[in-house]
Amino acid sequence: MTAEEWQIVWFTAWVSALSTLAILPFGLALAWLLARRDWPGKSIVETLVALPMVMPPVATGLILLNIFGRRGAVGGFLHNTLNFDVIFTWRAVLLALGVMSFPLLVLFARVAFEEVNPRLEQVARTLGASRWRVFLTITLPLAARGIIAGTILAFARALGEFGATIMVAGNIPGKTSTLSLAIFQDVQIGDDSHAFRLLGVSVLLAFIAVWCSQFLLRRKKRTP
Amino acid sequence: MSLLLKHISLPLAHFTLEVDLETHNRVTAIFGPSGAGKTSLLDLIAGLRQAQTAFIQLDDRVLTDTANRRFVPPHQRDIGYVPQDLALFPHLSVRQNLLYGCKAGTATNPLFTFDRVVEVLEIQALIARAVTALSGGEKQRVALARALLASPRLLLLDEPLASLDAPLKAKIIPYLARIRDEFHIPMLYVTHDRLEALALADNIVVMVNGKVLQTGPVLDVFNRPADAGVAKLVGMETIHPGQITEVKEGLVTVKIGHATLTALAPAVAAHEVFACIRGEDVILQQDAAHATSSVRNRLLARIVALRAEGALVRVELDAGFPLHAYITRPACAELALREGENITALIKAPAIHLVPR
Repeated sequence: MTAEEWQIVWFTAWVSALSTLAILPFGLALAWLLARRDWPGKSIVETLVALPMVMPPVATGLILLNIFGRRGAVGGFLHNTLNFDVIFTWRAVLLALGVMSFPLLVLFARVAFEEVNPRLEQVARTLGASRWRVFLTITLPLAARGIIAGTILAFARALGEFGATIMVAGNIPGKTSTLSLAIFQDVQIGDDSHAFRLLGVSVLLAFIAVWCSQFLLRRKKRTP
Repeated sequence: MSLLLKHISLPLAHFTLEVDLETHNRVTAIFGPSGAGKTSLLDLIAGLRQAQTAFIQLDDRVLTDTANRRFVPPHQRDIGYVPQDLALFPHLSVRQNLLYGCKAGTATNPLFTFDRVVEVLEIQALIARAVTALSGGEKQRVALARALLASPRLLLLDEPLASLDAPLKAKIIPYLARIRDEFHIPMLYVTHDRLEALALADNIVVMVNGKVLQTGPVLDVFNRPADAGVAKLVGMETIHPGQITEVKEGLVTVKIGHATLTALAPAVAAHEVFACIRGEDVILQQDAAHATSSVRNRLLARIVALRAEGALVRVELDAGFPLHAYITRPACAELALREGENITALIKAPAIHLVPR
């Protein structure tokens, strides 16, 4: 492994971790609202959140490009008022990974919340606990395994993201180049040994992530 | 304690829960078949659910008043709730469950301490265990202790013994009686078991399809059900349609099937009635032809079936209409009762309760 390859692996790992961390509070809040509350427009939000999972990632990338580009609504505002650019920087990678892995986190966290017996939360309320205390001491611990499993899978999804990332971040070596982008480029220019080394790292990371989440989900099933 | 429920209206799947109720008793049983809206009523009182309209007041504190947009959240109501599935927190130990809402032993409630509650419910040995390692009866006692330790002003119990078998039920009932007598916490007790209601409750509220059919002291309701619906629910042994053929000096002659009986006149004059006869009030006698007694009704009956029920035997009779008698096992042996044989059934006139239909 060369220094340049290590840089790619390292960049991919930390930007994936950061994006997962960034979506965690929003994902949990939304998952809880979907699991425990009825509100107008719920089914619309539900569908919108799931969209990136089924749409072509390149199409999702194109939408992000239009929103966050300098001529886009959000991107234009950020550029003009804060002189802050997203597209073709590492921040674009973060954005693409976050949007693409968000549905997975929400899906798993929602199921985890739904599996917590609401009677436990209600009885905790009658024992004098506020909503927050109930969430922190009853709901969250009982949903923890499902949430952690979902977080790991969201992280794994981020590691392998390609389509949306290439649309909004390009493939700038040393700046926005992630594992999947680098593998694609290596194969295109015929640098197979380089591609295979990165492939090995990808397989290893994915294996560890999926194995961890399955271990957690299986243990959850066994305890009643 | 006084609990006041007024103008309660909550639409449920098949009916609307509508309750107006006032109770001042130590233990009030809410009695009714499953699906009568009993649990929904407890949820409303605990503040776990909101009604369309409701006014709920516990002693001098208004907890819910939809007309004035007042709603005390459940964690500030000081109402303990033991749901049917107990809802022990599976990720916490027994001790952590007990301490979750524990206010006992503090200045707010010097009356009973952690140790006292644990002692009364005899759960000392369970404290270090995991909740998942408890038996049904142990879980029951831990759930009761957890609710008590939060020092509630009212305890809501939702069919606390429904999931237990008869011997275990008999073991838990004394614990509930001790809670009632030692800690002086008023209880609302949902049940569909008349023995539980008799053992624990002072007052009973009979509920069907979201409506209160009758309220009153337990024995009054059991002995004098307001209508046939209540009579059937509270386990009046036989309920039969009959016609009053003659009224004379406060007594009536009532025709039930092929039999003619003498009973007290019902409070409201009626021709068509339901006659309710409790199995415990039917006396069986051999050779009754030679004896004279004060009993007005003597019916020649054929024994259809004998069924042992604990210390009692339930004798199913054909007396021109189906009739049941409850007698003790020794009495059954002494009379040498056999299926298919004839016997005389004696019923005092006041034991026949007539409900206009």
